[in-house]
Amino acid sequence: MSAPGRTAAGFGRSGFSLGVRFVLLAIVCVALMMLDQRQQHLQRVRQALSVVVYPVRVLVDLPFRTWQSAAVNFTERSALIAENEQLKRERLEAEFRLQRLAALETENERLRQLLDSTERVGLRALVAKILSVDLNPYRQRFDLNRGVTDGVYVGQALLDAQGIVGQIVRVDAFTAEAVLITDADTAVPVSVNRNGLRTIAVGTGDSGRLRLPYLTNSADIKVGDLLVSSGIGGVFPAGYPVGRVVEVRLQPEQSFSEIIAEPASALDRDLEVLLVWNDQPAPGEPKAAAPPAAARLGEASTSKLADAN
Amino acid sequence: MAASRSWFVPVVSLVLTLALGVVPLPDSVEPLRPDWVAVVLLYWSLLGPRRFSLLTAFWMGLAIDTLSGALLGQNALALLVIVYLADRFHLRLRVFPVSQLAITVFVLLGLYEFILFWIDGIVGRSVPMTERWVPPITGTLVWLAMLFLFDRGQREARARL
Repeated sequence: MSAPGRTAAGFGRSGFSLGVRFVLLAIVCVALMMLDQRQQHLQRVRQALSVVVYPVRVLVDLPFRTWQSAAVNFTERSALIAENEQLKRERLEAEFRLQRLAALETENERLRQLLDSTERVGLRALVAKILSVDLNPYRQRFDLNRGVTDGVYVGQALLDAQGIVGQIVRVDAFTAEAVLITDADTAVPVSVNRNGLRTIAVGTGDSGRLRLPYLTNSADIKVGDLLVSSGIGGVFPAGYPVGRVVEVRLQPEQSFSEIIAEPASALDRDLEVLLVWNDQPAPGEPKAAAPPAAARLGEASTSKLADAN
Repeated sequence: MAASRSWFVPVVSLVLTLALGVVPLPDSVEPLRPDWVAVVLLYWSLLGPRRFSLLTAFWMGLAIDTLSGALLGQNALALLVIVYLADRFHLRLRVFPVSQLAITVFVLLGLYEFILFWIDGIVGRSVPMTERWVPPITGTLVWLAMLFLFDRGQREARARL
C-alpha cells in the first residue's frame, strides 16, 4: 500500500512497510509495559522522559501560577491589612503553643532516654507546591514541584497543616508524583486517639472518605473519634491526624462493622504540602546536612516539626 | 522555508495538545475531557497531508504515559493501534462523507479508550468503567469542529496530493 503522499516524509520514516513498523513498535510498547509492571527497571527511562515533558507541565502550570500572583498583586490594601493582622494573631497563638511543645519535647526526649527508647521526635520538612496538572481522573494523584534534586524519595510522607495527606509514589528529576490517602489503592495504619485502638484506614477513591474495614462490631469506636497515624509500617510519622470518624454502622449479620471517616487534611483544596523526612538523627546528635533546596528555603520551611496537633 | 513551516505547525499543535490533555478542569467537566492527543493524531492522519507517522504516535503516547503516570507504553500502544488503522485505511476513508468519517473517528476513539481500559484491567489497576464512553463522544465533536474550522486549508492540501 503506497499512498502518494506517504513518501512525502514526516517524522522518522524508515524503509519498513507500515504493517512491519506497527508490529515492531507494538512489541516495544508491550515490552515496556511488562518491564514497567513487573519490576521497577524503567525508573531511569521514566526520569529521562519526564525531563523531556517538563516544559509541558510548566506550560500548563504557568497560567494558573500567574493568575494566583496577579490575584495577590491586585488585592485591596484593606484586605491585606486585615489578613496581615489575622496572620499575626495566628502566629502569636502558634508561638505560644510552640513554647509549650518545646518544653514537652525536651521532657519527652528525657523520658525516652530514661526508657532507653530510640523513637525519634524530630522531623525535617520541606514545602512543596502542588502543580496544577490533572493526572488520570480515575486516580487520586497529583504532581509536586520537588524531585530527586531535592532529596525526595519514594514512600516519603506528605503532610499539610491539618494532617496526613499522602505519600510519594514516583520521583522524577524535578517533579514527584504523590498519591492521596483516599486513593483506592492506599492504606494508612492508624490508631484511635481516644483509646489507642489500632486499625487500618483504607482509601475509597473519593477524596472525602476513608474506610475502616477491619474493626469488629464490638470495637470501641464512635462518631467523632479522631484517628491519628500510628507510625506502624514506617511510612507515615506517628501521631498526626488522619481523619475523624463520621459514620459507624454496625452490621449484626457480619463480624465487621462499616465505619467511614473523613480525612483531616484539606485533600482537594491544598496548594502546598509538606514533604517530611523521617530520617533525622535523634535530638542531640549532629544534624544531617539538609539538601540544598531545603537550605535555600530557610528556616521558615525547614522547620523542625514537633508532634504538633 | 516551506519545509520549516510544515514542521512548525504540527509540532506546536502536538505540544499544545499534550498540554490540553492535563489542564486542570472543574470536577463537573472533567469526565467530558476528550482524548486530545488521539483526536489530533486522527485528524492529521485521516485528513492531513501525510504528516504523522507511527513513530510520532509512539512518542506522543510515551509522553502521555509520563505526564499522567500511567503504565509506560499504555497510551503509546493504544495510539499506535488507532493511528495504524487510520493510516492503513485513510485512502478508503477519505472518500467517505463527513457523517461516516465522524462515525469512524468515534469507533477509533472508542477503541482507544477500550485498549486503555483493557490494559488497566490486565495489570489490576482498579479503575471504574463508568463514563469511559464519554470522551469518545466529546472527542468526535471536537474532531468535527476541527474539520469545519480547518476544512478549507485541508481541502487545499488534499487538492495538492
